[in-house]
Amino acid sequence: MELKSQIPDGPIDKKWDKHKFDLKLVNPANKRKYKVIVVGSGLAGGAAAASLAELGYEVECYCYQDSPRRAHSIAAQGGINAAKNYRNDGDSVHRLFYDTVKGGDFRAREANVHRLAEVSVDIIDQCVAQGVPFAREYGGLLDNRSFGGAQVSRTFYARGQTGQQLLLGAYQALQRQVGLGAVKMFARHEMQELIVVDGVAKGIITRDMVTGEIQSHVADAVCLATGGYGNTMYLATYAKGCNGTAIWRAHKKGAAFANPCFTQIHPTCIPVTGDHQSKLTLMSESLRNDGRIWVPKRKEDCGKPAAQIAEDDRDYYLERKYPSFGNLAPRDIASRAAKQVCDEGRGVGETGLGVYLDFEAAITRLGANKIEEKYGNLFEMYERITDENPYKTPMRIFPATHYTMGGLWVDYNLMSTIPGLFVLGEANFSDHGANRLGASALMQGLADGYFVIPYTIGGYLAGIKPGTRIKADDPAVKAAAQTVSDRVKQLFAIGGKETPTHFHRELGKVMWEFCGMGRNEQGLKKALQAIPEIREEFWKNLRIPGTGDDVNQSLELAGRVADFLEIGELMCLDALERRESCGGHFREEWQTDDGEALRDDENFCHVAAWEYKGEGQTPVRHVEALSFDNVHLATRSYK
Amino acid sequence: MSNKHFNLTLHVWRQKNAKCDGKFVEYPAENVSPDMSFLEMLDVVNEGLIRKGEEPITFDHDCREGICGTCGMVVNGRPHGPKERTTTCQLHMRSFKDGDSLTLEPWRAEAFPVLKDLMVDRGAFDRIIAAGGFISAPTGTPQDANALPIPKENADLAMDAAACIGCAACVAACPNASAMLFTSAKISQLALLPQGQPERYLRVRDMIAQMDAEEFGTCTNHGECEAACPKGIKMENIARMNRDFLKASLTYRPATSGGGVG
Repeated sequence: MELKSQIPDGPIDKKWDKHKFDLKLVNPANKRKYKVIVVGSGLAGGAAAASLAELGYEVECYCYQDSPRRAHSIAAQGGINAAKNYRNDGDSVHRLFYDTVKGGDFRAREANVHRLAEVSVDIIDQCVAQGVPFAREYGGLLDNRSFGGAQVSRTFYARGQTGQQLLLGAYQALQRQVGLGAVKMFARHEMQELIVVDGVAKGIITRDMVTGEIQSHVADAVCLATGGYGNTMYLATYAKGCNGTAIWRAHKKGAAFANPCFTQIHPTCIPVTGDHQSKLTLMSESLRNDGRIWVPKRKEDCGKPAAQIAEDDRDYYLERKYPSFGNLAPRDIASRAAKQVCDEGRGVGETGLGVYLDFEAAITRLGANKIEEKYGNLFEMYERITDENPYKTPMRIFPATHYTMGGLWVDYNLMSTIPGLFVLGEANFSDHGANRLGASALMQGLADGYFVIPYTIGGYLAGIKPGTRIKADDPAVKAAAQTVSDRVKQLFAIGGKETPTHFHRELGKVMWEFCGMGRNEQGLKKALQAIPEIREEFWKNLRIPGTGDDVNQSLELAGRVADFLEIGELMCLDALERRESCGGHFREEWQTDDGEALRDDENFCHVAAWEYKGEGQTPVRHVEALSFDNVHLATRSYK
Repeated sequence: MSNKHFNLTLHVWRQKNAKCDGKFVEYPAENVSPDMSFLEMLDVVNEGLIRKGEEPITFDHDCREGICGTCGMVVNGRPHGPKERTTTCQLHMRSFKDGDSLTLEPWRAEAFPVLKDLMVDRGAFDRIIAAGGFISAPTGTPQDANALPIPKENADLAMDAAACIGCAACVAACPNASAMLFTSAKISQLALLPQGQPERYLRVRDMIAQMDAEEFGTCTNHGECEAACPKGIKMENIARMNRDFLKASLTYRPATSGGGVG
């Protein structure tokens, strides 16, 4: 397998412009002769489907939800970054580029990150034109805030519902194309297989989640925008339906999987309450702008109500350890610090797995009204879930799995190692390195969908003769569909005793313990032994009631869990092989004296891209070297 | 089992698909923790059913944090249950007590066929948006975002309307199964913004025409929609929509086809 990154030559700030010009164009009259399939309807998928249809391509869009408006991009609260420099505070495309490369702990591709920073400005303009109601000041201009470890105010937001508003903007653009007949929308359809003919992606197989019908769809190119695979951990801030099936099936058909171990554990989530817990809820990172994070200095104080712990007995550990960034330290660092204090026995709440996020000082300084205006909906949400009033007692928070920086390997054109298969948004690996900065996911999803794929897919399609699409009765299509029906039958045939959720939960426990915030060789080896055992038990003892020919949520979940059981193993293998600490990947063997991540640029300044080699075979680890010519390799310090 | 845990009886609407008749079936929910969400309570009931080889209760859900709008069922006659401004997924079991008996039904409306048990087809909402719930701004390079100042008051009102999650509790709550709160929220949001002006009157006509074509009822000012809305969308949006609709109807002229002659 060859990893050709296709990075254009020339200076970093001219590459994208040059590349756009160099890409071949498709004649406007020919565009309608090409069919593009987009899987996923979140920021990346929705934006791509709408934009490609506007260009004149025939587009089909698929999502597992009942409507494209429900994709999990909708849950992003805090904001979207753009290098507008509206605040006159020293921001620029170069600074956003620099921050993102450094924030990713030097494991992202410079050229991709620079392009992302460049198009960030266009995204805000585009969204405003669509009617996205961003927060504004009294003068009518857009408001900004600083967010997630940035020292400039470059984050645009719409109350605590930025993701929702951006997604609805993309959704409305998509529905407009649906209304015009330019996009055919398939909601409640789940992709089950990628059709590959002579090594080239030519379509997908889906299951209609209402009728159970297995359907074949052929196209000239396929875009996967199916989000991350963080639900491998079972408990995560992802929606319950988020899954890794589409990218995993593509991986098994030849798409390399890059940096699978790079997962983001978000520091501010509501702690677990019991075994019934089905998901974790994020509290926006924006809260860290005004909230102070602390735990008691002494273990003995942990059982006391927060109000009874004197100021001097509180350890504001982020402010203590990282005086210049304080409570705004990047996510990986803040999460690890929370884990450390809880490991020391200083965690709070019934389970001891929690730290305080305290607004007392901010309420005293700004008044409760101001705090309500800024965070009202988040405080309400917290109270609804925990039955505690954060205006009176500090919030309790704990880290949770939130995002996967890893994903299918793509080149500069967002094309995977399978020609014709493009991967967008969280589903690809390219822009965030080993750690994503706050408010950058929305930016990347929309950048890929609105401003990258419309150009790069043309370059690919221009090389295909129009009208040469394979037919739906092609043997390769039939074979792919057969694999899917066989898998459904196989799942029903197990006839065991346990629920799909049971196996998912078991996998999650292993992943969280051994491949979570702290990883080490011994633990990862244990996980690599435990996961195949769970998988074996799954294929022996799973029970799915009902049939495959109507709505069957157990069957849907079982298919996803079957894939998580394989993805989890690859994540652990990748974590084991990456013998360094970087960003969200913290290998306990590689840390500085004061417990910070210790990178090994000599041996690991690269992307690890895994090639699937067949069932029971060890996958092969390929390497794409990374070079840092514009942001020089340095130890990331937020002290 | 801690002493906080309690037991409930559920009466759940079970229906195999849109064509079959449905009926209520009784299930016990035992060892319910007050910290569970309503859907987690159902998860536990469902795992018990699967282990017995019975089909679990089908219900729509996804984000489980009250923003995607996927979940929703009628609990004891109230869409999303007894707690105000709370989606079913954010409803917690501490809102109930030991021995309670709960009736769970799907959204009931002609325009929302039941797909299975508590799951309905809300495709009609997508079609209403496709009819005009957008600003035609193809991806490109529009003017700078700050070139168009928008008074904060309008931006805030637009945001209030834009907070709709499309869950359809408003339709389920309305005795007429009207979709006017949903439709008017989008119309209001876009009518309040300068970017939305060029298509303002076309939009209101097209969206209302689609709403009627889907056979939703009409608003007769019961106000149940606003009471049931988990996001606090106000009926003033309906008033705004009606005003625009009236004006659009009075001033409507069919489009002339004066295309270019080049």
